[in-house]
Amino acid sequence: MMHGALAPSDYLVIAPVAICLLFGAALLMMRKRIDWQPWLAIPGFLLLFAADVLLLLKVAAEGPQTMMMGNWKPPFGIAFTVDMLGALFVTTAGFVGVASAIYATFSMSRTERRYGFFPFMFLMMGGVSGAFLTGDIFNLYVWFEVLLMGSFGLLILGSEREQLDGATKYCFLNLVATTLFLITTGYLYGVVGTLNMADIAQKAARLENDGAVLTIAVLYLVAFGMKAAAFPLNFWLPASYHTPRFVVSALFAGLLTKVGVYALIRVLLMLFPPQHADLATLISWVAALTMLVGAFGALAQSDMRRLLNYFVIAGIGTIFAGLALTGGEGGASATVSAASAATQAGGTAPMTGMAAAAAPLVPGSDSLVIGLSGAVFYALHSIVIMTALYLAAGTAARISGSSSLRAMGGLWRARPGLAALMLVFLFAVSGLPPFSGFWPKVILVRGAFQAGMPWLGAVILLTGFLMTVASARVFALAFWRNAPEPAVAGGPNAGFAPAGEPSPMLAMLPLLILAVFAVVAGVLPQWLVALTDVAARGIVDPAGYVGSVFGGVS
Amino acid sequence: MAEIEATTGGILALALPFVAAALAPILKRIIGAHAAWVLALAPAAAFAILFSFLPEVSSGGVVQFGFDWIPAFDVRFSFRIDGLASTFGLLITGIGTLIILYSGGYLKGHRDQGRFFSFMLMFMGSMLGLVLADDLMTLFVYWELTSITSFLLIGFDHEREKARRGAIQALAITGGGGLALLAGFILIRELAGLNSMTEVLAAGDALRTSPYYLPIFILVLCGAFTKSAQMPFHVWLPNAMEAPTPVSAYLHSATMVKAGVYLLLRMQPALGDTALWTTVLPAFGAVTLVMGALLAVRATDIKITLAYTTVSSLGLLVMLIGVSTEYALIGAVLYLIAHSLFKGGLFMVAGSVDHGAHTREIDRLGGLARHMPITFAAALLCALSMGGITPFVGFLAKEEIYHALEYGDAYHIALMAAAILGNALMFAAAFIVALKPFVGKLPETIDHPHEGGFTIWFGPLVLGVLGLLGALFYETYHALFSGPMASATYGQPVEIDISFVPHLNLAFALSLATIALGIVIYLASNGVRAATSRFLASVGWGPDHGFDQAMRGLLRFSYFVTNRLQSGRLDYYMTITVIAITAALFVPMILGGALPAEPQMPQLRLPEWLVLALILVGIVAVVVAKNRLTAIVSLGIQGFGTALIFMLLGAPDLSFTQFMVETLSVVILALVMTRLKLSPADHRPLREKLPDAALALAGGAGFAVFLLSIVQRPFDPALSDFFEEYSYAIAHGKNIVNVILVDFRGVDTMGEIAVVMTTGLAVLALIRIRVGRRAKAQPDPMETTP
Repeated sequence: MMHGALAPSDYLVIAPVAICLLFGAALLMMRKRIDWQPWLAIPGFLLLFAADVLLLLKVAAEGPQTMMMGNWKPPFGIAFTVDMLGALFVTTAGFVGVASAIYATFSMSRTERRYGFFPFMFLMMGGVSGAFLTGDIFNLYVWFEVLLMGSFGLLILGSEREQLDGATKYCFLNLVATTLFLITTGYLYGVVGTLNMADIAQKAARLENDGAVLTIAVLYLVAFGMKAAAFPLNFWLPASYHTPRFVVSALFAGLLTKVGVYALIRVLLMLFPPQHADLATLISWVAALTMLVGAFGALAQSDMRRLLNYFVIAGIGTIFAGLALTGGEGGASATVSAASAATQAGGTAPMTGMAAAAAPLVPGSDSLVIGLSGAVFYALHSIVIMTALYLAAGTAARISGSSSLRAMGGLWRARPGLAALMLVFLFAVSGLPPFSGFWPKVILVRGAFQAGMPWLGAVILLTGFLMTVASARVFALAFWRNAPEPAVAGGPNAGFAPAGEPSPMLAMLPLLILAVFAVVAGVLPQWLVALTDVAARGIVDPAGYVGSVFGGVS
Repeated sequence: MAEIEATTGGILALALPFVAAALAPILKRIIGAHAAWVLALAPAAAFAILFSFLPEVSSGGVVQFGFDWIPAFDVRFSFRIDGLASTFGLLITGIGTLIILYSGGYLKGHRDQGRFFSFMLMFMGSMLGLVLADDLMTLFVYWELTSITSFLLIGFDHEREKARRGAIQALAITGGGGLALLAGFILIRELAGLNSMTEVLAAGDALRTSPYYLPIFILVLCGAFTKSAQMPFHVWLPNAMEAPTPVSAYLHSATMVKAGVYLLLRMQPALGDTALWTTVLPAFGAVTLVMGALLAVRATDIKITLAYTTVSSLGLLVMLIGVSTEYALIGAVLYLIAHSLFKGGLFMVAGSVDHGAHTREIDRLGGLARHMPITFAAALLCALSMGGITPFVGFLAKEEIYHALEYGDAYHIALMAAAILGNALMFAAAFIVALKPFVGKLPETIDHPHEGGFTIWFGPLVLGVLGLLGALFYETYHALFSGPMASATYGQPVEIDISFVPHLNLAFALSLATIALGIVIYLASNGVRAATSRFLASVGWGPDHGFDQAMRGLLRFSYFVTNRLQSGRLDYYMTITVIAITAALFVPMILGGALPAEPQMPQLRLPEWLVLALILVGIVAVVVAKNRLTAIVSLGIQGFGTALIFMLLGAPDLSFTQFMVETLSVVILALVMTRLKLSPADHRPLREKLPDAALALAGGAGFAVFLLSIVQRPFDPALSDFFEEYSYAIAHGKNIVNVILVDFRGVDTMGEIAVVMTTGLAVLALIRIRVGRRAKAQPDPMETTP
């Protein structure tokens, strides 16, 4: 009843979580050594990122990896199963973790570090990594809780009144979502009698027209949709993300909503494909409304951070659009996509039990893969770019002493380097080439056309247009325009941090690192497209995932 | 071998401007304005490379190169140099070289000159890529790059509000059109399966007969019309005159605004010659031609005059492309080349005048000929070409255009009328810009007018002379430039034989009539200006105003929607959330037929009844509690009740965890609640509370009903059986729950421990920071605690 012996390299699967928890605990013990903390935290995050990359390489080379906790045989023990989807998300998370840690080192005050910034950050990161790596749905819930509490700790650092208000809304609404996740998992356990995701995938496939499974799928959609801040359950995000320190907002914006997206892909698309197909129309409406609410919300803001909050939401809508494509059933487009499917699909995937269940969808499964691949690409881009935008906004706000677009100004001249990076991020988030946001949007629009949903493609493009206008406005007001009158007396640096703070020039380093991604993913997207394609195929046909858990296709 | 050379050369030509752009700021810092001489080498080299392809291209060949970009989606980074691309590329790099030199003199001493060079060269590279690109996605990437770089160039004088507005407007209009174009390209790729211009051109009637012709047509036109400033999208172009003059001379006459025209020329063989094409394009083109020319004469700023003549010229080009006949396309090609030469030159002249006389207002200019003779000469050369006077290339173009339109039907007569009127107005505008400032008396307001340096007058003079040489050596001109370009546009080889020697025919007569009309308008330009102004004032609304209204409306709509949705009230958010959850429970449950059968009364023991009663009491207490603190604590009762049930069911570990979590939540809730300064109790009247109560009941009922439905199903006991069987045998624990917690699912427990610890830390931070705030003078509250 025990699994086979573990090879040392198997521990790589769990390494990201272990590193986070160990460093979190160590930093907690060293909480009085405030000056040491960053110098332990940065290597910690580098180590985490290195482990993530190794894991990604291993998955790319050998396919999905599974490690059974306590070496119990699946489905009885907790499985950590990492496929390409999880590996990509966890690696990207590690990447922005490194950047944020460096940024925090040069931007957080001593007091904030004292109250456990770095331990909270590692714990949150542990939760995030665990969520991306686990192969057990209850365990996924546990990591959700870990990251929720870690993020709560980060959210209240500083303890200003506005922050507490934001934290309350954040905490309440997220707890509702997390609780719903837990209750739904209870229901699911009642129906399939297992918690291992590979096992659920097989068992749920036999329950295609079951109302209870459909209800469970909808409940998961609500729970994860709320976590991801999809309309109409996105209130908590604009209510809270602008209140904490910039670096905290950056991490949240990059990671937390994407954990919701990841969970939705993993659970709804991989475990309940027929139910997902039933819900596709609903998801497409949610996607369109989320995109528009985000884009219009961004236009309505006069504060840079609040504006960025809505960019996060618009991005989530775009990702959801990719999850709404299930393959066209309508005439013309279906024949066309079927024709191109033949060239796209290459070798037909082996018909496993799962694939057989999804057989009616095969002609359109091409646009399902395209949509999902675009969604994953967009999600990874969004993790990096949203983090980068908040960090850049943090530096900009620090220099101008405010994050209000009415009070900012003169940064184009004062800090051309920052301005150039900001411009890259703004264009990237608006989906303009040659930056990272462009290709996933192209893929998604293409998928929407193929799936016979051109209106959804149009909404994606319209959102891009509105975000371009909002971005141009930000840039014109905060960077091009001269600093408004009060700040002129002391030059654009009037609101600059008092003497004794470390030079924020080093805080530019993480922005530079993140900009490298924005440019590389925009100019040379081929490798990322290839990886997200593998990730998407792994979800649409999880034979590899199941095989890695149960040892061969069962 | 030739292919390898083409690849190396082509990629080099494409990369050079970007390389120079990267070096520009550094060079500027080292050698100042002289950097222009070094930087101009980049477009000059690109020009030379493109020139080396000319023998092959002019004999009808096509140079192609490129490599795979995203094989998964059949996207290639590929290029195609035929007659159309070659002539465009030569114009871009050739005029680009002169413009870089001109900018060196024009912006000498400007603190941001390095940045300016950099943007300018980036734009140049983008524009070159646009016209050479073969793959549709490659083309689109360059297309958007021109929008981005022009945003930076228009906003170059970023401290002025007008410049910023112009930049945003240009980005919004051309960027928006770009997205439509993207949709069009994706349609072509997905539904017609054509990935590149080569494939599009080879496909013959495929697009014209496709059921998606209409959407493709509209989307491509949106892209082309916004970029090439057709009415009513033209507004961004005059506003883009906020950019420094070299930008206007380059982007807004010779290059970027022609991108839309380029696209139409490029796709004409595949999309053109349909009823839709020959109606819509000439209609937009003719209106743009006449209105643009009128507005040009009305303007008082010579740069704005030129901007509107550009709008007008673009209208003429679109109109001709719409006519789609061989002669019309030849006319379009000839006019396009001529226009790039004379308009680029005239813009530079306008800049020189501004530079020398410090104003661009036509009323305040005069008598500059003596002080700026070379500029005057250049201006005259360009204006003669623009006026269509022989022997200049503008003459060739105008003759050909009139040839193309000389048919007796209403369609051609209407277009001919528009062409004559537009050309006459443009003739007047040309001499308003090129003659008026130089003749007459020098106004006293102009202090020390002077000729600029070599780089300032060199560019316009070269372009003016080229306009003359092109017509004088018309055979070479047709053989190398206009001929191959027209052939590529028409889709099959064409012969151009128009020469500078006028023939006595209808076209020449019309040409003379145009000139005569033009002279009349020139002489009466003040009257025309006043009349047009009066007319526009009486209308009181224009597309530019409309743009502002649209923007304001967009922002107001955004405020409205966002404030409605994001009310800032947690109770409102909670209500929506609970509604969503309730719907998520009931709708699929009912639709999917998963409602439970009627349940039986449970058989409970006394302690269980007691705990149940306790939980109920707790819930009632929460509801009726007078103040919030009591309610929070009462909520704890309910949680403790659950813990007791765990205890009764033999799971002390679980129960203990539940106690801990419950206590912590109560503490945190209480802390947060007390700090939020909420009113201590809920004072709403019953009528407001009732909907909330109903919703809460519905949500709770949903969970309960679904739970009943679940427990009525047969349960798969595989996991429980396994745990029961092996918890002692392998894990050596007699308490199964215990073994599950610490062994089978130990990782969950570790995670939960982390949660509890984190929560504790968060509470600590919450408390400590508050203490720290109150007693700020104290050294460090944290370090005194263990």
